[in-house]
Amino acid sequence: MAALRNRLSSKLEENVNTYTENMSEEELFSFAEYKEENTEKTGYSNYSYWRSTLQSFCKNKVAVFLVFVVLGILLFTFIQPLLPSQYDPNAINNDASGLQYRNIAPGAQFWFGTNSIGQDLWARIWAGTRNSLFIGISVACIEAFVGIIAGVLWGYVRKLDWIFTEIYNVLDNIPNTIILILVSYILKPSVKTLIFAMCLTGWIQMARFIRNQVIIIRDREYNLASRCVGSSTPKIIVRNLLPYLVSVIMLRMALSIPAAIGNEVFITYIGLGLPTNIPSLGGLINDGRALMMSPSLRYQLIFPTIVVSIVTISFYIIGNAFSDAADPKNHI
Amino acid sequence: MSKYLFQRILRSLLTLVIIITIVFVLMRQMPIEGYFENFDKLTEEQIQVGLEGMGLLDPMPVQVVNFYKQLLNGDLGMSRRYRANVPVVDILSTKIPVSVKLGSLSILVSLLVGLPMGMNMARFKGKWFDKFGTLFIVFIQAVPAAVYFLFIQLYGSTLLKVPLLFDASKPLCWVLPVISMSLGNIAYYAMWLRRYMVDESTKDYVRLASAKGVAENKIMTRHIFRNAFVPLVQYLPTSFLNTVIGSIYIESLYSIPGMGGLLVDVIKKNDNNMVQAIVLLYATVGVIGLLLGDILMTLVDPRISLKNKGGGR
Repeated sequence: MAALRNRLSSKLEENVNTYTENMSEEELFSFAEYKEENTEKTGYSNYSYWRSTLQSFCKNKVAVFLVFVVLGILLFTFIQPLLPSQYDPNAINNDASGLQYRNIAPGAQFWFGTNSIGQDLWARIWAGTRNSLFIGISVACIEAFVGIIAGVLWGYVRKLDWIFTEIYNVLDNIPNTIILILVSYILKPSVKTLIFAMCLTGWIQMARFIRNQVIIIRDREYNLASRCVGSSTPKIIVRNLLPYLVSVIMLRMALSIPAAIGNEVFITYIGLGLPTNIPSLGGLINDGRALMMSPSLRYQLIFPTIVVSIVTISFYIIGNAFSDAADPKNHI
Repeated sequence: MSKYLFQRILRSLLTLVIIITIVFVLMRQMPIEGYFENFDKLTEEQIQVGLEGMGLLDPMPVQVVNFYKQLLNGDLGMSRRYRANVPVVDILSTKIPVSVKLGSLSILVSLLVGLPMGMNMARFKGKWFDKFGTLFIVFIQAVPAAVYFLFIQLYGSTLLKVPLLFDASKPLCWVLPVISMSLGNIAYYAMWLRRYMVDESTKDYVRLASAKGVAENKIMTRHIFRNAFVPLVQYLPTSFLNTVIGSIYIESLYSIPGMGGLLVDVIKKNDNNMVQAIVLLYATVGVIGLLLGDILMTLVDPRISLKNKGGGR
């Protein structure tokens, strides 16, 4: 290692000497251009944070595969209604004599079978996946957005500290599940209510984490230097602080999606979930649960659970892999 | 120490007062059906008289003060819809012991399984036991609990040949609920203990011990474990409470006559007073849990002194 460094630095010196010999004063004090062959000589690299992140993420084959799985599922939830001969997820299907197709086992006509009132399970599962993913992704984004802003304010503006600390004390002391139940109980069940109830507890955790990091980093030398040359506070926050936190923010976002889907299943079970004309994975699992005692109808529980498991495990693994990859300490 | 303790308890009390007030005010925004047993059959006049009798027409601050007066007398109001005009306290007092018993059993199981699991995962880091354990942890943390609970109930009950629903007199009936409730905590304890132990095992005192020729077993249990367990101690009371909370789903699945199942029942019946009482109970328990966690931490680790910290967290 030492030998290599010596060689590199002697090369560097040689290089600089030959380079500067015939230069005028002005040339010496202007920016140099980036040249690929020069980097070989000096060890200067055009390091890019996002490219390195992507490179180390791609090394994790399982995670890359799961990204495609999730994207595929997400895409398919939108493509599925456009495919030929699909049923409407809310339509009750009748046979020729006007009777409902109740609890038909999976087959050629109904790929995943029908439920107890004759709705097509295949269509319902994809519509439900779309709604559940929508809830999960919205929750993750809102939490991150509110959490980052609140966290930065909390860490940077001293006067706001006690207000946020008080809010944190209250929210942290009540179990999340209870807040979730209370809010969904008071408001009317709808997609908006669910998203609101889930975001109500999640943002403060994100904010607290960011606040702690901000307090640790804000007075480091590079930020002091930045302040000395006159960078404005917003610029310091956006350029100096937030990139440092990307890996953890992404991890939290990725994990809050499966958590939101799980919460939705739970809230639906309690009876505070979405109305039945808005299919969701939680609602489907709950419908399937009611029938799980008869083995021939168990498919109504098993199909939604498989989808839920694939989606949640994928997000969990992708999130962890990405946060490893986004940590600059793991680059190179 | 006692000064800090006093301040810390005072803080918890303050937080509790804020929580109770917020919950109380929020619950007043609910539709008034939740205060009557047979709302549909009542005339407008009867409703007004009823509301006045319950003090629900007073201005909000008066209501809050009255509520605190009641609370100090240990009165949580009456149940209206779940059971007509029975004091909430009477209903709760029969349910709480069941939940506490279930929760304690489950914590015991999760400590007995989770700690050795984490310890062995740290010890055989990178070997098959570690990989197997990691897989288990990923599964438990990623898949919603509401989903795997169902399958435990479904296949477990056929495996053990027990009825789906709970029967307190049969010991075998306790097995499935307790296992379901423990899985999350087992994963939690194993994951963190493994991480702390792995961090701890590269430290100098461990090297010294192994240089002196202390057996590996003894280093693991006597040296590393003790230090790695300290951060987990703080979580212990909270995890006990979370277990009691997590039981909302379990208790209602197996129809266990405890608090969690009760909460689901009263929500379905829109009984405002009952919901309020149970939510407040859980919140109180949460506050106490965090308080106990902080106190336990100082007892276990003599290096942590609360004196220098000043008030608050």
